[in-house]
Amino acid sequence: MAKTNQFFIEREQNKYEVVIGLEVHAQVTSDSKLFSSSPTKFGAEPNTQVSLVDAAFPGMLPVINEFCVKQAIKTGIGLKAKINKKSIFDRKNYFYADLPQGYQISQYKYPIIGEGKVILDMTDGQKEIGIERLHLEQDAGKSIHDIDPTNTFVDLNRSGVALMEIVSKPDLRSPDEVNAYIKKLRSIMRYLGTCDGNMQEGSLRADVNVSVRRQGDDNFGTRCEIKNVNSIKFMQMAIIYEANRQVDLIEEGKSIDQETRLFDTKKNETRSMRSKEDAHDYRYFPDPDLLPLEISDEFISQIKDEIPELPDEKKKRFIDKFNLSSYEANILVSDIDTSKYFEEVIKNSDVKLATNWITGELFAVLNEKNLEISESPVSSNNLSKLINLIKDGTISGKIAKTIFEEMIEGDKDPQIIVDQKGLKQESDPKALEELINKVIKNNTSKVEEYKSGKEKLFGFFVGQVMKESKGKGNPQLINKILKEKLNG
Amino acid sequence: MSDITKLSLNELIQNIRNKKLSSTEITNSFIERSEKSKKLNTYVTDNFSSALEAAKIFDEKPNMDLKLPGIPIAVKDLFCTNGVRTTAGSNILNNFIPPYESTVTQSMWDEGAILLGKLNCDEFAMGSSNETSFFGNVQNPIGENLVPGGSSGGSSAALAASLTPVTIGTDTGGSIRQPASFTGTVGLKPTYGSCSRYGIVAFASSLDQAGPMSQNVKDAALLLEVISKFDNKDSTSIDFKRNKYSSELTNNIKGLKIGIPNEYRVEGMPKEIEDLWKKGIEIIKDCGAEIVDISLPTTKYALPTYYIVAPAEASSNLARYDGVKYGFRSEGENLIDMYEKTRSEGFGEEVKRRILIGTYVLSSGYYDAYYLKAQKVRQLIKNDFDNVYNNVDAILTPSTPSSAFKIGEKTDDPVSMYLNDIFTVPVNLAGLPGISIPAGVDDKGFPLGLQIIGKPFDEQTILNIAYSMEEKINFKNNITDWWM
Repeated sequence: MAKTNQFFIEREQNKYEVVIGLEVHAQVTSDSKLFSSSPTKFGAEPNTQVSLVDAAFPGMLPVINEFCVKQAIKTGIGLKAKINKKSIFDRKNYFYADLPQGYQISQYKYPIIGEGKVILDMTDGQKEIGIERLHLEQDAGKSIHDIDPTNTFVDLNRSGVALMEIVSKPDLRSPDEVNAYIKKLRSIMRYLGTCDGNMQEGSLRADVNVSVRRQGDDNFGTRCEIKNVNSIKFMQMAIIYEANRQVDLIEEGKSIDQETRLFDTKKNETRSMRSKEDAHDYRYFPDPDLLPLEISDEFISQIKDEIPELPDEKKKRFIDKFNLSSYEANILVSDIDTSKYFEEVIKNSDVKLATNWITGELFAVLNEKNLEISESPVSSNNLSKLINLIKDGTISGKIAKTIFEEMIEGDKDPQIIVDQKGLKQESDPKALEELINKVIKNNTSKVEEYKSGKEKLFGFFVGQVMKESKGKGNPQLINKILKEKLNG
Repeated sequence: MSDITKLSLNELIQNIRNKKLSSTEITNSFIERSEKSKKLNTYVTDNFSSALEAAKIFDEKPNMDLKLPGIPIAVKDLFCTNGVRTTAGSNILNNFIPPYESTVTQSMWDEGAILLGKLNCDEFAMGSSNETSFFGNVQNPIGENLVPGGSSGGSSAALAASLTPVTIGTDTGGSIRQPASFTGTVGLKPTYGSCSRYGIVAFASSLDQAGPMSQNVKDAALLLEVISKFDNKDSTSIDFKRNKYSSELTNNIKGLKIGIPNEYRVEGMPKEIEDLWKKGIEIIKDCGAEIVDISLPTTKYALPTYYIVAPAEASSNLARYDGVKYGFRSEGENLIDMYEKTRSEGFGEEVKRRILIGTYVLSSGYYDAYYLKAQKVRQLIKNDFDNVYNNVDAILTPSTPSSAFKIGEKTDDPVSMYLNDIFTVPVNLAGLPGISIPAGVDDKGFPLGLQIIGKPFDEQTILNIAYSMEEKINFKNNITDWWM
């Protein structure tokens, strides 16, 4: 039976389906902020990347950063979404110490990007997840409560940094789909260069909307929003906890309150943050400091020309052109750096071997050393050389593995290792014959045994010849000659 | 030179260029007179010693090609000035020293002008009498205990009292034109988008505009020429071709069509205002322009619309004054407590009233009924003007429904105070240029102004009309120096 992606929460009598929608906050890759020219580098000293606009000094005015608009449109194109030629920036009003203006500039009724979609490759086939909208907004600063027992410190480096809020439709049904969705979004944005997707640095985080309903029910249940979850693992844990909590309430005959909740990663539970009644009244209204954002067809078509091949298209090409399996293609395209590495390797070497070596040996090393492919200890150029050495018979696959072990230490050229260590495969039939003769001569009793029917011993002879050749003997040739000798 | 401070801006420039006067002499004269005029309470912060230094530096190497060569000018305390305290008339900014300069003031310094000081105004420009300032009332030089108008009351008073040769104010609903009218001076609010709002403490972003205030129309034209500039630091700044307002100024307005809006004959309007308006119409005819009766039917909705839009924007614009980053802070038990104390003590009553109104009209459940509807009405008001501008070149109205009133007379009655803006507010809502010129006096001898409203970006036409009328009206302000 095929592995299925179905996810249900089961109780004695009932089976519940989980409905999930995500609001992903993705930091726009940009050297400067959404409405000011301050830099956006991660990890800078607190309050060193703050302009007068970011700190909301009197009389300071926002000016839209065209590059961030372009990035949002690019992302919209990547999500196969509608680009709205007119969108409006609104003010979302609330007081907080790390919100210098007393409002966040965001897009409320008229976002820059409308409906789109993302295709997920699940174990039981493809699934389409609808995108409701994407809008641009400013990030807030950061309140730091744990430096001083009585004071809160505020770091405004993030204040004003451009974010894309990508809102999915409530199309997700399991923690696995959430995992696939976030990874796919991340992959698309990394291909486009619009968000680096770095969750540790907070470049990608999400509010998770969860509701449950009995299997077969068409109506949605009451949803709860889990705020600001910053890893896929936590999202999955939060969803499982929250869905079970809601199911328990229903089973007990209680109702679910629509509310905003927080996920406590230490206790692995969600907690109520505020109920619907206590919800902020953000008093959204169009920001009078900014004109409506109008985008011309020329601007959009210019951006379209800059869109690279995206993961879905690349996957299709890999399958069609290189005859890769869907599984292999998925692994190779999911991360832009992997796909780049792969394409560099296969420029000058065999596709099948390259696929096996990258998804096998290389990934194992990267996993073991906890490295990204962009930090790979073996360059694509040297891996390509190694593959060619195998392909042209200079070395055997087994020797190649030994060489690869050495290449890891400082990206050594495999040709040089072969030359220095004399690892070139012995493919001269005469030389091999000599070795074989020697082995036969030294093992007369075993030869007798073999000849009298103990054919299992063939492996022993191969091993002995290999040993004599110091591992360099061409295995195919050894097999061939040995068979002739023993059977002849 | 007998009294330097009585000279107009253009006369001062001429004297400097002819080397009859030095910047130091001029600056000294204005400082001396200002020192003797403290009773008017026009200055919040003076910059006298720095101004004198700057004047000396100018005199050492005078650049006569500049438009405002060595001219000392005091400005409304809503313009951020680099290194000089900027309060917006509020306790919440009473210790705020900006590390930056507003674009408008920078344009003036770039043309050789020298900052004389920062002039009193209603708190965050919210008021029509300068009585909401944290720094106290301003006296109108026209008469003791008279308000100078507002919110640019310190500016109008300082100008009328000859403490500065010209000044700049800001006008959100009449804050340049009404005080000009109350003090017998000229005040111009340019088309929205003409003068950069960068570095001006915001009141209502979609209405705020800086503009010149002066003794005569020619001075206003010159100052406008200096401060009206496209600025990419203000997203609402408009890149249109500006006239050379002063050199293109002409008193030939023959053939222009001037509209007289029927709806500005408001109920209870004093007869002297009605008479003044009639006088204005006769003068226009004298100048060879044509009078056309027009209708602006949505006029009566302008004031209520304004008092929704402006407070809404203000409630959000003033959220940044929270005690966290700069300005006044009152310590609290926790963050919320600090906010409440800071904003309760930092803001005055009128500002708080408008924040409350603005917060209310933007609240969920009320937004559609108030803010959204007000925006729609605002569009209708604009459409009214667009329609009449198919037939006329400009519009003539009174500037205010009365002359200057007594200090304290209207402080307990905000609505009667708001009615002061009835003729000026529609101009801001429609984003149009408007100029107030002194046109006569009432029976108490207090000045009254007439307003000329222009087409968008057509400041030149209203300046020309004002210039022509000014010549015929020949208004002389009666300043007795009663405070000295």
